[in-house]
Amino acid sequence: MTNDPNVEAQIEPTEVGANSAETGERDLSADGVEEPHDFYADHEVQIASDYEGHVASRLDPNAEPVLEVEDLKMYFPVKSSGLIRRTIGHVQAVDGVSFQVPRGGSLGLVGESGCGKSTTGRLITRLYEPTGGSMMFEGRDLAKVSQREMKPYRRELQMIFQDPYTSLNPRHTVGSIVGAPLAVHNIVPKNKILGRVQELLEVVGLNPEHYNRYPNEFSGGQRQRIGIARALTLNPKLLVADEPVSALDVSIQAQVVNLLQDLQKEFDIAFLFIAHDLAIVRHFCPEVAVMYLGKIVEIADRETLYGRPHHPYTQALISAVPDVKQAAIGGRRERIRLEGDVPSPINPPSGCRFRTRCSYAQEICAKVEPPLLQIGKRHKVACHFAGELGAHPATPVTTELLGVDDQGNATGTTSPTPVTTGPGYENEWFDLKTKQLTSA
Amino acid sequence: MTSTVSSSDPGQAARSERSGGPILEVEDLTVSFPTQDGPVSAVQGLSYSVEMGKTLGIVGESGSGKSVSSMAVLGLHDAKSSTITGSIRVDGTEVVGLSEARMRKLRGNTVSMIFQDALAALHPFYKIGAQLAEAYQVHHPSASDRDARRKAIEMLDRVGIPQPDRRVDDFPHQFSGGMRQRAMIAMGLINDPSLLIADEPTTALDVTVQAQILDLLQDLQREFNSAVIIITHDLGVIAEMADDVLVMYAGRCVEYGTTKEILTHPEMPYTWGLLSSIPDVQASTDARLIPIPGNPPSLLSPPSGCSFHPRCSFTDKVPGNLCSEKLPALTPAASRVEHLKRCHLANPDAIYQAEVLPEIAPELVEENR
Repeated sequence: MTNDPNVEAQIEPTEVGANSAETGERDLSADGVEEPHDFYADHEVQIASDYEGHVASRLDPNAEPVLEVEDLKMYFPVKSSGLIRRTIGHVQAVDGVSFQVPRGGSLGLVGESGCGKSTTGRLITRLYEPTGGSMMFEGRDLAKVSQREMKPYRRELQMIFQDPYTSLNPRHTVGSIVGAPLAVHNIVPKNKILGRVQELLEVVGLNPEHYNRYPNEFSGGQRQRIGIARALTLNPKLLVADEPVSALDVSIQAQVVNLLQDLQKEFDIAFLFIAHDLAIVRHFCPEVAVMYLGKIVEIADRETLYGRPHHPYTQALISAVPDVKQAAIGGRRERIRLEGDVPSPINPPSGCRFRTRCSYAQEICAKVEPPLLQIGKRHKVACHFAGELGAHPATPVTTELLGVDDQGNATGTTSPTPVTTGPGYENEWFDLKTKQLTSA
Repeated sequence: MTSTVSSSDPGQAARSERSGGPILEVEDLTVSFPTQDGPVSAVQGLSYSVEMGKTLGIVGESGSGKSVSSMAVLGLHDAKSSTITGSIRVDGTEVVGLSEARMRKLRGNTVSMIFQDALAALHPFYKIGAQLAEAYQVHHPSASDRDARRKAIEMLDRVGIPQPDRRVDDFPHQFSGGMRQRAMIAMGLINDPSLLIADEPTTALDVTVQAQILDLLQDLQREFNSAVIIITHDLGVIAEMADDVLVMYAGRCVEYGTTKEILTHPEMPYTWGLLSSIPDVQASTDARLIPIPGNPPSLLSPPSGCSFHPRCSFTDKVPGNLCSEKLPALTPAASRVEHLKRCHLANPDAIYQAEVLPEIAPELVEENR
């Protein structure tokens, strides 16, 4: 495009083989020795599309889940000070989270800092050992496997970190950073690692000649591309992207988001996309889960979650995002002010965890925890007063299901209906208007 | 106002005299730093003014000179390692070349600053209240410790810290991120400054806390009628807060005008790029996310001509090699006088409406028809 050194990294990919459609399949052959050289050569990622821009990712409603997380829990012990460091409590960082990530699709995880979204990502990549729950991936429960058994799964399950300045070892060259996974997993003979590394650098839009440079020679956006190349090295099926763009400049953010969209399409990678920027998540993820204090409070497809959120917290979160185009034409949306800070996860509020900051909270909210109830085809919400903004019901919608009265006391007359809290969506759901189970 | 400092507010008196005129006038400001690799011109030929009660938003990427220019207003650059030319007048006082002693009287009193990282900006060893009280006593030497403490509690209450009489004795690490930022704002406003510079005040915060802080800044501005400069890379913050916008790129102002004008009729391709590279939380999902290709230029060897031309996709619409050879002047936009842009394009608004807007906001095009 230009000869300027500043755009040097944006090199057009050289013609590395035809972009044939039928090669989209990954060939991790049974003996574990694949032909990686051909794999990337057959894919010509459209780095040129940097200049075109992308529309938001679309939802494939029929995609099979690649990861099923059910009732995942992570409690960090809090130790007393002094000589004998007894455990005096637990930080309930993640407390009973269930979701699915569809094959080749992406699920967004949003929430305020401290809500447990990053911990969830680290649990899935088994950087932490979960306290409870299950994570089904490729027919195995990753929550139960040992670190040794985990090793083969790490090839399929990689992570992109938030800060491109601290996640790359400053004393290693780019070649050794990106090539390290190949050496660790012993997939490629030593003399072929370099060639593979160069292909990867090209895939992520870096100059392959730069393999012997050090991270400090690259800008923030380029470093993040190095981190992405490292994550791609082993052809993962699932990438956990923990705030992959929040450390980057605005114009560079869009470059990286577009690159991730290209890679997802090309290599059929599923993403768990963790971010606090609701607009970026909306663009990248057709499905989004909102977390608050270690629990998912609402999960739905993009149109439902951003268009007609039913949980007061989601509504407040979305209303807090500054809206450029709206403000530009004069109208400033009415913000829902959330008072105070997120309570401590060591000693979370009883019942609904959001009740201390919720303007709709009533007695029942302190007594009974609202279940994550499916209220639409692809929509689950955990609130006793679930409803669209300005149309929250006056009486709790969950009483009959839970067998309690409007104040949250057990009635004894109606027996509680078991509420499904599985990772996926059911064909039948609870209709808020009729308070009956319905289907489409 | 700088010769004697009494417990009465000198800024207040000056303000009533000078109401109406701009509190800050920056003219042809150039800041450069000598480095081993040659001089870095971080800011070049920057001019702007801010009036009382108004908010100016300065937007740009990292390294565009937005922080450097506002630090010059506070005289925070070391004279030994930087060269500042041009003129900065704060409330009529020329700041460039002002002695450190006189600068200190101005700083925190007439002009104060809120920094991005409140944890780093607050001293970890001193109690919040002690730090607030110090800021007050420096400019009010006659105030007793008890008065200063009362003032600190009053300010903490003003910025919405619960139980301020107890939290005043907390250390910064005992505050949450949002509360620390509130404490910073309290410190910035304790001497009732005429001009408040907020450098990325909400970048490290969650959206809900960001909304709280922005609301607080607006409420306080209304109350104190102070001028505010808000430096950010987030156009959303600009859109909600600022009356005027200054877009900076590679040390220069590339576009300047009222917020509504800049956001609806931008005339500089860099501003177009900024607008099209941020997704919108309400926009149609058909809207495209179009990044600006390449990286911001190095200020050691800035591009010739227009510094944005290596990343600009509209250079072919300008005859010849004008973009790479000649630096465009900051000229009034086609139809509007209070809108300046630095671009060679002949009919930028038409190009924006026809080529850029349909891609990034298809629903707005429908509305306009």
